[in-house]
Amino acid sequence: MLENVDPFLLSRIQFAFTVSFHILFPAFTIGLASWLAVLEWRWLKTGDAVYAEVYRMWVKIFAVTFGMGVVSGVVMSFQFGTNWSQFSDRAGNLLGPLLGYEVLTAFFLEASFLGVMLFGWGRVSPKMHFASTIIVALGTLLSAFWILSANSWMQTPQGFRVGENGLMVPTDWLEVIFNPSFPYRFAHMLVAAYLTCAFVVAGVGGYYLWRSRHVRHARVMFGMAMIMAVFVAPMQLVIGDFHGLNTLEHQPAKVAAMEGLWETQRGAPLNLFGWPDQDAETTRYAVEVPNLSSLILTHDPNGEVKGLKEWPREDRPPVAWVFWSFRAMVGVGMLMIATGIIALVLFIRKRLFDTRWFHLWCMAMTPAGFVAVLAGWFVTEIGRQPYIVYGVMRSVEAVTPMAGEPVLMSLTAFVFTYAFVFGAGTYYILRLIARGPSTEEPTYGSHGVDQPPLVTQLVKESGGKDV
Amino acid sequence: MFDLSGLVNLPLIWYGLIITAVILYVILDGFDLGVGVLFPFAPSDRCRDRMMNSIAPFWDGNETWLVLGGGGLFAAFPLAYAILMPALYIPVTVMLLGLIFRGVAFEFRFKANTSKRIWDYAFHFGSLLASFMQGAIIGAAVQGVDVAGRRFAGGTFDWLNAYSIMTGVALIFGYALLGSTWVVMKTDGETQRWARKSASYVLGFVGIFLAVVSISMPMMNMDIRHLWFSTPNIYYLLPIPVATLALFILIWHGLHTGREFRPFFLSIGVFLSGYAGIGISLWPWIVPFAVTYRQAAAAPESQSLLLVGTVVMLPVVLGYTAYCYYIFRGKASHESAYG
Repeated sequence: MLENVDPFLLSRIQFAFTVSFHILFPAFTIGLASWLAVLEWRWLKTGDAVYAEVYRMWVKIFAVTFGMGVVSGVVMSFQFGTNWSQFSDRAGNLLGPLLGYEVLTAFFLEASFLGVMLFGWGRVSPKMHFASTIIVALGTLLSAFWILSANSWMQTPQGFRVGENGLMVPTDWLEVIFNPSFPYRFAHMLVAAYLTCAFVVAGVGGYYLWRSRHVRHARVMFGMAMIMAVFVAPMQLVIGDFHGLNTLEHQPAKVAAMEGLWETQRGAPLNLFGWPDQDAETTRYAVEVPNLSSLILTHDPNGEVKGLKEWPREDRPPVAWVFWSFRAMVGVGMLMIATGIIALVLFIRKRLFDTRWFHLWCMAMTPAGFVAVLAGWFVTEIGRQPYIVYGVMRSVEAVTPMAGEPVLMSLTAFVFTYAFVFGAGTYYILRLIARGPSTEEPTYGSHGVDQPPLVTQLVKESGGKDV
Repeated sequence: MFDLSGLVNLPLIWYGLIITAVILYVILDGFDLGVGVLFPFAPSDRCRDRMMNSIAPFWDGNETWLVLGGGGLFAAFPLAYAILMPALYIPVTVMLLGLIFRGVAFEFRFKANTSKRIWDYAFHFGSLLASFMQGAIIGAAVQGVDVAGRRFAGGTFDWLNAYSIMTGVALIFGYALLGSTWVVMKTDGETQRWARKSASYVLGFVGIFLAVVSISMPMMNMDIRHLWFSTPNIYYLLPIPVATLALFILIWHGLHTGREFRPFFLSIGVFLSGYAGIGISLWPWIVPFAVTYRQAAAAPESQSLLLVGTVVMLPVVLGYTAYCYYIFRGKASHESAYG
């Protein structure tokens, strides 16, 4: 029937699809968890109910998003085995313990204290509740630490040797965990997550301001988000630059693809736009800025930059994907920085909360972080190709030796399931936003769970008498 | 390089730890999957709300044990992971899809108005599918896995046969027993009365399925038959079926004498004894009848590193998990004052 379906291509599409969906949720919840901790701290500190009301609105959105992140994440932890079994066999010694640490130090922490955070109002003291929020936020950061360490090791592997059967065996764990690209990728992703959340919050706050609804709450949301846009968005540019330089050092072919540069040259131009043609080994219709690429990458206008022709054709990543994803990421980043600058100017002129076009602008920027995160991951993951462990193991060696049909079936099932489930999730989140913060007494937190019974009752019950 | 293999038997410890993680998963997610299995049979929406409330703070933590089981297998026995996952490609994938539907139902259901019914069924069928596939995975595994070299050598549908379908259905009933006795413990009134009836009903099926599995496993495999029925093994192993029988009688008794806690904890006992029976039968295989736990063990450096983390973190995890169960002790209410 379907004899020509390629399990390798389908497995790649399936992994790309499921992981791209999955990353949207952590990218949002990492920032949201930290922000909720800040809100609760402000509330406990000032006693101003507006912070509690904003918290209660966003904790519901957090719960929905986190739930979707959990279920899409469980899928990831099995796909290494189902679709990439040869990779699991050969690299399991290295990556297995890193993922194991992620589960032990982060997943349990998040999952357990999320319950307290959502349903614990009135059951634990306000301080304990605040502690739970902080613990959940900490859990998201720890989780990011381990998974980014594992991913970075695949980009810049070290601290191992290749033993019999091609199995990779660790020789130095510190070198494995703190591999060269890890600190940069970790910083870049965390800041990206904070910005993603900030722009969602800005969009929602902007929407309320624009509609003149929930204005007190909206000012908290919008104001805090703009602080992030003003200070953190430019920071990301600097971190990104460092990350790029690190990539140039360890994965120069990826950088050449990002730049769409084919010839090794001094004083390399920056291709603003163009159409990289993998077969013809050239970037068509290029709009160039002379010497800028050398300046950015070597911090010297006449520095030498390697072109893609340095590598044999079969060792080059798919250039157009990397080239365009990179431009999308940088473009969105620039818009974020511009948003921060505008916000600063409006703030100085005391017009931040009543400039309607700017609120509209921020509403339009709501998905900006998601776009940038996805584009950035496309750059780094597609740029790693054709390797799964850079320079050590090719992706094509990693795939499970199996027929294509089951992969086609599972991919189809994932696409339909995700479209339905996460479509519904988005709808419920939008409805929560439309409803807005409630100034009524909190009922969410109790979650309809009765107060704990008295100790005497417990004793009676465990004593086994009929109650 | 950091290596504890001179001090302790790393593969054996890890075999024990994976077995522990899996049984903790089976028990903990078992009761909330079981609640999902029973969901549409509850007498009213009030009951359903109550059942949902009784597990809402816990399901996420419970499911994390599955990730630990999978992640732990990947870390400590990568070869087993690399053979079993492709062998179980379809049941694992369908289980994951089931877990997606039921997992999101918790949050969506409380946010929905008109579409609440959709998420009731998503919760039920997701739980049902995940339970069935987990049972089928066990049934497929005990029949052995086709391996050539370091790879799965069988076909996509090797896992599917009458026996694995039977074990799939068996686990649905097993989880339903855990779920119904959990509901007995966490509710009262109408919901509890219904849960008691359901538990008694389900208990009979669990007994039948457990008997079928206990008889069929030694019949299917010479080694297992020899293990259980040769002397002196039979004297050492006889307490397991005897204790199981006693547990069934005690659960029945507890359900009909108004006990609230006992049926649930005794049901856990049934799972433990069934699990012990399967575990003893499969020793020392990690990919049944093809790869032992020693052959599949990760490098000692890898097992050592994660062992240190586990020794430190596992008690902490168990500690705060217990704390969370303590916070949400007592009866759950029907009020869905959620959102």
